[in-house]
Amino acid sequence: MTILETLTTEEITEIDHEISLVPFRKAAAIEALKVVQQHRGWVSDESLRAIAGHLEISPEELESVATFYNLVFRRPVGRNVILLCDSISCYVMGYQKIYGYIRDRLHISFGETTPDGRFTLLPNACLGTCDHAPALMINNELFRDLTEDRLDEILDGYH
Amino acid sequence: MALIYVDKKPYEVKPGKNLLETCLTLGFNLPYFCWHPAMGSVGACRQCAVKVFKDENDANGRLVMSCMEGIRDNMYVSVDDPVARDFRSQNVEWLMTNHPHDCAVCDEGGSCHLQDMTVMTGHAYRRFRFPKRTYRNQYLGPFINHEMNRCIQCYRCVRFYKDYAGGKDLDVFAAHDHVYFGREKDGILENEFSGNLAEICPTGVFTDKTLKEHYTRKWDMTMAPSICQHCSLGCNIIAGERYGELRQVTSRFNSEVNGYFICDRGRFGYEFVNDITRVRQPVIRGKIADTGDKENLFNILAAVLLGGKIIGIGSPRASLEANFALRQLVGKQHFYQGIPENEAHLTHTVLEVLNCGRVHTPSLKETEQADVVLILGEDPTNSAPRLALALRQAVRQKPLENAANINIPAWHDAALRELIQEEKGELFIAYPIETKLDEVASETFHVAPDDIARFGFAIADYLNNTAPVPNGMNNQTLEIAKHVADILEKAERPLIVSGTTLFNEDIVKAAYNIALALEMEHKKAGLCFVLPECNSAGLGMMQAPSLTRAMENEDADTAIILENDLYRRGAKADIDHFLSGFKNIIVLDHLHNETTGKATILIPAATFAEGEGTLVNNEGRAQRFFQVFMPKNQNIRESWRWLDEFRQFRNGIMPEDLHELDNLTEELIAVLPQFRGVETVAPPADFRINGQRIPREPHRFSGRTSMLANVAVSEPKPPEDTDSPFSFTMEGYRGMPPAPLIPFYWSPGWNSVQSINKYQIEVGGPLHGGDPGVRLFREGLVSKAGFQDNIPTAFKPHTGETVIISLPHIFGSDELSVYSPSVASRSARPYIMVGNVDAERLRVGEGDILHVQIGDQGYDLPVIRKEALPEGLAAMPYNLPSMLGTVWPAKGILTKTMS
Amino acid sequence: METPLTQHISFNRPPYNLRDYERAGGYQALRKALTTMGPADITKTVQDSDLKGRGGAGFNTGMKWSFVPMTGDHAVKYLICNADEMEPGTFKDRMLMEGNPHQLIEGMIISAYAIQASISYIFLRWAYKKAGRLLRHAMDEAYAAGYLGKNILGTGYSLEMYLHTGVGRYICGEETALLNALEGKRATPRTKPPFPQVSGLFGKPTIVNNVETFCNIPHIINNGPEWFKSLGGSDAGTKIYGVSGRVRKPGLWELPMGVTMRELIEVHAGGMANGYRFKGALPGGASTDFLVKEHLDVKLDFKSVAAAGSRLGTGTMIILDDHTCPVGFVHNLEHFFAQESCGWCTPCREGLPWTEKILLSIEKGEGRTEDLQLLDMHTRFLGPGNTFCALAPGAMEPLQSALKYFREDFETHISQKKCPWR
Ligand SMILES: Cc1cc2nc3c(=O)[nH]c(=O)nc-3n(C[C@H](O)[C@H](O)[C@H](O)COP(=O)(O)O)c2cc1C
Ligand code: SF4
Ligand code: FES
Repeated sequence: MTILETLTTEEITEIDHEISLVPFRKAAAIEALKVVQQHRGWVSDESLRAIAGHLEISPEELESVATFYNLVFRRPVGRNVILLCDSISCYVMGYQKIYGYIRDRLHISFGETTPDGRFTLLPNACLGTCDHAPALMINNELFRDLTEDRLDEILDGYH
Repeated sequence: MALIYVDKKPYEVKPGKNLLETCLTLGFNLPYFCWHPAMGSVGACRQCAVKVFKDENDANGRLVMSCMEGIRDNMYVSVDDPVARDFRSQNVEWLMTNHPHDCAVCDEGGSCHLQDMTVMTGHAYRRFRFPKRTYRNQYLGPFINHEMNRCIQCYRCVRFYKDYAGGKDLDVFAAHDHVYFGREKDGILENEFSGNLAEICPTGVFTDKTLKEHYTRKWDMTMAPSICQHCSLGCNIIAGERYGELRQVTSRFNSEVNGYFICDRGRFGYEFVNDITRVRQPVIRGKIADTGDKENLFNILAAVLLGGKIIGIGSPRASLEANFALRQLVGKQHFYQGIPENEAHLTHTVLEVLNCGRVHTPSLKETEQADVVLILGEDPTNSAPRLALALRQAVRQKPLENAANINIPAWHDAALRELIQEEKGELFIAYPIETKLDEVASETFHVAPDDIARFGFAIADYLNNTAPVPNGMNNQTLEIAKHVADILEKAERPLIVSGTTLFNEDIVKAAYNIALALEMEHKKAGLCFVLPECNSAGLGMMQAPSLTRAMENEDADTAIILENDLYRRGAKADIDHFLSGFKNIIVLDHLHNETTGKATILIPAATFAEGEGTLVNNEGRAQRFFQVFMPKNQNIRESWRWLDEFRQFRNGIMPEDLHELDNLTEELIAVLPQFRGVETVAPPADFRINGQRIPREPHRFSGRTSMLANVAVSEPKPPEDTDSPFSFTMEGYRGMPPAPLIPFYWSPGWNSVQSINKYQIEVGGPLHGGDPGVRLFREGLVSKAGFQDNIPTAFKPHTGETVIISLPHIFGSDELSVYSPSVASRSARPYIMVGNVDAERLRVGEGDILHVQIGDQGYDLPVIRKEALPEGLAAMPYNLPSMLGTVWPAKGILTKTMS
Repeated sequence: METPLTQHISFNRPPYNLRDYERAGGYQALRKALTTMGPADITKTVQDSDLKGRGGAGFNTGMKWSFVPMTGDHAVKYLICNADEMEPGTFKDRMLMEGNPHQLIEGMIISAYAIQASISYIFLRWAYKKAGRLLRHAMDEAYAAGYLGKNILGTGYSLEMYLHTGVGRYICGEETALLNALEGKRATPRTKPPFPQVSGLFGKPTIVNNVETFCNIPHIINNGPEWFKSLGGSDAGTKIYGVSGRVRKPGLWELPMGVTMRELIEVHAGGMANGYRFKGALPGGASTDFLVKEHLDVKLDFKSVAAAGSRLGTGTMIILDDHTCPVGFVHNLEHFFAQESCGWCTPCREGLPWTEKILLSIEKGEGRTEDLQLLDMHTRFLGPGNTFCALAPGAMEPLQSALKYFREDFETHISQKKCPWR
């Protein structure tokens, strides 16, 4: 019944590697969350408890860290996460139009996931590609100089 | 000293402090939230802003957070600067944008720091016109109520609970204006100090849930300074009453003892006072005595008190005065300590050591400053909780020494924690199983009690080779002992913590040898002993024989048993036998128990809240607790008063010419000079300030004329107090009373507990006039000085029998606090703990039932398997209400029961 | 015109691998530093070069290093590259990392040697996936070539380097919050003093510098402080300037320190896009004050921009054009700042959401006249020193200057009860 059982050996190996790089176990907290999210797409309550157990800290202590950051997903996300930049340069260059288009096409607003689990749409602070605004990222891919007419093609590339 | 100018006026102040504490010490009303004198500064709330100027010609100055600013000589400061004032008021407005307007129905109202600070800064009108943020509240267990909407995000709760008290299950979640303080999920707050959250939180997020059950505003309570009754440390508390019911216990500051904090047993264990099964009327041979007529009662008692031989059985949970009055009543040669021989002997040994003058007994505050700690056979978290909290601070001392080198001042909490990170000083723990403090220990050593003693003797021998050597120790243990000795030797302020928990005298002696060896190496070592109960030291100092001796002496007709359930002290059959030998058994107690069940005459005894008395704590500090309220029933009186009356009655004086507490104290020190000093623990009953008494009630106390209108329309005459300078009313001296007589903290504009700042010589320092309490241990009182020998042999399993030790539990093991429903719900459940080898041998797994036969007494208990326990050693919880009657350590036979 | 930082950067090809970088003179500075210079010489050279931090605050880099204790027992010291670039409108560090990762690594090793650090980190923003890939590859190459790891170039000096990617929070870029993030904690900032130089990562002496700052180091070592000073106009060195918004050619350019705003916009960015007119600009990222037409001739160096009432910040400019509502523009910024407040100190945690709500309500036509006073109040009280870190004061810069230069636009919103741009 140990909580460690819910982490896979692969995850444990990766987390242990991160632990080996820091002076004490809990300093690997963020890295460990990243490892699990990488494998599972998000960090469930059970995963969080398992990671905390492995780091020898309380779920509270880990949750405190996990909920601080924007990109630790504590709720399930779709297979593909769209991060649409809503910061200033993209605002000036009209990200709202892009948002409107995606919303109409996928019928989801910021923070929502399509019923088929294909996409989650999230607002995101500056993607650091302001000279090519507006921009969005889907998973690890960056799309820049967006116009509404390119969106269908972009979205169709993700299943 | 440093010279600073505040609003152009010069002040001589202490260097090394921050500006906020300095200003507060100087008496300025400077608001703050996140800073706490015991927890230092982090600069989060930004409430304590003042202006600091480069020099006297600088007209602009710079806004700074006073809590983050060190004192510099020739510093120019303005508290009153308009920009600083505006900023402070603006800051409160920000905090109030999301704060509910629920003061009228908020538990904190009237003792709310946020309320006080809001008024202080002058913020009054709401300009924020958007909806407020709202949160879900959590269930946090029986002690603490959660109301997150009131949160002002000062971070004090996590800083106390997690950083200071080592709690794991409370934290801060999310970010920006969504930060949330709570648990990951609803559930009981586990930390033993969770109750302090109610005082730490500057508003009504974390409040006392037991108070909520019978809620009363602070200003409507009748309060008195008191002493916690639930362990030997003697934490100072304030107890408050309304409508004849004790409603709340809060911490009372004493810089030498508990500082700002108390444990949850001390805070929430008070409800035994209100228990419906209280003994309220004298019961004579099964009949409730006619209470109206005292003479009648004494007539009945006459036959008993005047004829025959009487013995008196004292109690380590009764006051010094009560024990003394009994001793005077029955005579020195008939007075017995109501504890078994081994416990009496153990306490005696501890007292001898502490009185011999060769080693130093530290106060709790001093234990907090130790740089290396060795715990020998104690589990402070369960046996003396506030000490465990102190030791959690001690482990930070060593790593903090670096801080001064890079100019990080002692108050800069955030920077200090970042600097030392997970680094800890040396804490060694030798105890049969894991304890909660193990998590901050550098090394732990889990062996049988005798081996703990041997380990201790070995350490002492490494420190000084004239100390006796245990033989036959294995190399591995010797190596650890040598390591511990080396570290202790290098320490600046080493501390040895030991005590009576394992009922092993050799451990006590080993601890003494270590401290003595260090002393001989010219180290100022502290030696701190945990004792079993709140007045174990006081009782022990009376040097009376034990209960066991009383049981051997069988020719008395009458026994008077003082506040003591003898069935906690020995096997049922033995106590039954003992009691059956008396014609008359007079028992004085608060609550019914097996002993009161045997009483032929049962006398209702006042609890700590209903009477005065003195307790001597584990460091020999005598401290007075004062009556909080007059019980509605005149028959509930202090045991000492009853006993004193019996004595006078016996001597032919009628009870009208009453002795008072002060006379009794006078007599005490005349008869037993070892108690010299007790008379100065608090001012005498006739002490007055400007001819006035000190009111137990705040001046806003309400409903006095109407609160009893359902009983009688005319307002009753308030009771007279003949034993203390307090009045039972709101009338009296309004200023600051002497330190031992502070019934509650209040200062104009400061309604919450934070007003304590106004009572201290310097913020966080001693109270004006010095902290209350008088240390009675005196150097050279006992001349025993050399090293102790008689080293036990190594522990070996006995064939057939298992040695059973008892493990104390903060919730459950203490007799009175378990009557509080909240404490009872957290109480440990019965168990028998066995090691792996024994579990295999007995073929039992976790949860299986083992039959434990100790003498005539048998228990069927679920098994807890504990790897650390050596073969032949088992453990049971100490004195849970359902499993009394064992003299510890015990020998028993363990057999698996067939289900 | 010399462009040391970008001379080997071209986006028509992959960045230089180790061999190409070495062939172009790469790691010569490292060799020179480690074999011919002592740590103190390097710090002094950098200090003399007057290189000022490129992360926004503009503090003399060599001076910052000089506070690291060099005597006594410091088993571990850390050097950290702040590559968290998350300030809206800022995108220069990405270009340097994607364009020439070895340049950054070389700069970091020299700098680490100067403070005798044994462990270094690149704290990389999570979104910079490509930069991450390239850096990781370059680090592997550097390790293989003996530029990293034990006994570098046989000098006895050893340095480990790790790439750490964040999980998203603007505050992680604040150097002390970054330390907490690297320690696996909530990224709330720390107070200074004590400075990270004495008590930083895991309580050990630590230096944090920006990507662009480190990229300058090899060139300063190779060419000397005087050369570096001569590169610039009104301040030492070159600077990566950027422009985004409605200009013809948004982008990044390495230019001598002190180019004028006009030259940057009109020459390098090609002027305003067709149909758009210049209304104002944030000269160096979201947390700098607006400059307007009258400032077009201001030289973009630390001192001159400050004199004009703003900050050079990161040197990446965001243009406000006449088609964009300034209230909406500022609301977008304040929304960002309110969301990114760490929640530690009161003024920022409670004040920023209040300004955001007021701005939104004004933009929606629901503003009230007293709202402007409340906004003014916030700009006054959320200043430097009043809040725990520089986030909130930074957030107030665009707001206070917008209230100054575009006050009429705010007032029209309130009086007309609508946004004139809608
Ligand atoms: C809220 C906030 C965010 C910051 N973000 C960054 C950042 O993303 N990158 C950066 O280099 N500096 C950032 N800084 C500045 C750093 O605190 C620090 O000054 C800088 O990394 C020092 O490097 P430099 O001296 O080389 O400029 C930020 C500061 C603040 C207050
Ligand atoms: S530590 Fe002991 S004396 Fe102090 S509050 Fe707790 S039980 Fe009472
Ligand atoms: S008390 Fe000084 S900032 Fe909170």
